[in-house]
Amino acid sequence: MNPTPAAIFAPGLFTSSLVQIAALVCAVVAVVAGAVGVFTVIRGQSFAGEALGDIGTTGESGAFLVAVAPLWGIAIAAVAAAGVMELIGIQRPRGRDVATGIVLGAGLGVAALLIYLDTVQHSTTGTTFTIVFGSPFAITSSAIPLVIVLSVISLGLILVLFRPLLLSSISPELAAARGIPVRLLGAGYLLALALAVALAAFTIGTILSTALLVGPAATALRLTRSPAKAVLAAALIGIATTWLGIVMAYDSYDWYDQSGKSWPVSFFVVTLIFLAYLLAGVPAWRRRRASTSPTEAPTRA
Amino acid sequence: MFSGFMVNAWTVGSIVAVVAGLVGFFVVLRGSAFVAHAIPNGSLAGAAGASLIGVNTILGFGVFALFGALGIGTLSRRGRHDVATALALVTMLGLGALFVGLSVEYAPEIYSLLFGEILGISTTQLTPTIVLSIVCVIAIILLYRPLMLASLLPDVAEARGISTHRIQLTFLIVVALATTMTVPVVGTLLVFALMIGPPAAARTFTDRPIAAMGLSVATALCVVWAAIALAYQTNYPVGFYVGTLSAAVYAAGRGWAAWKRHRTARRAPGSQPAQSAAGAGLDWSPG
Repeated sequence: MNPTPAAIFAPGLFTSSLVQIAALVCAVVAVVAGAVGVFTVIRGQSFAGEALGDIGTTGESGAFLVAVAPLWGIAIAAVAAAGVMELIGIQRPRGRDVATGIVLGAGLGVAALLIYLDTVQHSTTGTTFTIVFGSPFAITSSAIPLVIVLSVISLGLILVLFRPLLLSSISPELAAARGIPVRLLGAGYLLALALAVALAAFTIGTILSTALLVGPAATALRLTRSPAKAVLAAALIGIATTWLGIVMAYDSYDWYDQSGKSWPVSFFVVTLIFLAYLLAGVPAWRRRRASTSPTEAPTRA
Repeated sequence: MFSGFMVNAWTVGSIVAVVAGLVGFFVVLRGSAFVAHAIPNGSLAGAAGASLIGVNTILGFGVFALFGALGIGTLSRRGRHDVATALALVTMLGLGALFVGLSVEYAPEIYSLLFGEILGISTTQLTPTIVLSIVCVIAIILLYRPLMLASLLPDVAEARGISTHRIQLTFLIVVALATTMTVPVVGTLLVFALMIGPPAAARTFTDRPIAAMGLSVATALCVVWAAIALAYQTNYPVGFYVGTLSAAVYAAGRGWAAWKRHRTARRAPGSQPAQSAAGAGLDWSPG
């Protein structure tokens, strides 16, 4: 056997059912997060995505308390939080920041209580870490059907709303003038966002979910200006980074001698996504260097 | 309730409330809630890393808070501000996941960093908190006028030779300072909730900046005091009370504003209430 592939793909990588489940879920979630994320970046709503992901902590700790599948908890909490944000005025750019912040603060407050109750009830100490940072390797096959269903709903919403949503994201005035129900579209998008974030939170941990939502999409939008191409590119970047992260984390088991320790998948995924974003900025940076004009290049819209 | 270790809790809680109320006023004014969330949260990684290599956690925290602030400031010069914030945050947190994963004994600490252990503050933590809070308050006083101008009328500020980018960076550093002093003691959640809820509520009551600042500080103090008392009585985490009370205060402010609008609308029928008109006119705008 050629030693090089064995060094990259540690023995058992392709036969382990945990890795297979992780790879499948990551791929599905990366596609959904990429499609929704492109709109999140265009609309400038990363904070809403981040907040909904964090509130997944509330849902997951609640689910743990009443012994329900974690994804149910995360999804319900995210959708409920999105509803409250919509109610208190996330659709207005001026109130958006505060609306998101208030919901996030309250949601995390409840999470503090639920995690406290979890630790009292189950007398475990590592709960917070598992919930907050998560790991694709911890996903069981019983979660797959719900992952697929939520993905189909979220992706379906985005595909059905694609054209009007794009117009209302880029030019709300023009969309309103054409009779497109801008507010209703915003609410529909928020629902798709809540589901996509819930999936990402379930996969790579509640406080890292934003990486999968915003990172690949922002990278893609640096590479292409066409939204449809950006959705495709974001999905591909998402799949590539998560799969590479899985391989690297799996390999990291070998860095310790049989101690069973490894580096977390989430760390690799997040770092790879960040590197991809920086790399995607290189062409624009070189263009700026090449142009002799000393004035600052306008920031990309 | 007012003896022994509780004295530290009341002291630190009050200091944190004053600083959060002041800094939070500008956070809400500038629409920087995401940054106020990202810097404390991302700096968790610094504390975890410091504990891994056996350095003082507050030091690790401060270093990450500072780098986070500078990173967000630099990244957002090219590209979108919220994307830059999000990516800086998750990159720091990714490192945090690694550090915590490597140090087995650190995992339980994450809870107290996220949600606070205000009832377990030692006397040694008191001095750095007081010193850093004084620095923060002085910085806000010195920055007051340029920060106010750059936040409300950025074009006028630029015309007067104030670099809005530099102001933004300075403000981020103040947020990082405020974070460093408070988070290891009270947790990221407490700081964030206090920086948003009370100032946002204060702004619904008054439009005058100084009055809003005072009201914001007073509200933050009330929230913290009530939260400490309730946590002491019920044994539930302080973070829960601070988070929910901050949201409740904001809800009360919104209720008050709606009631006032309703009354003025009834008194002068036909004239459009100013606030709702401004809100409806400015719908979605990207970015």
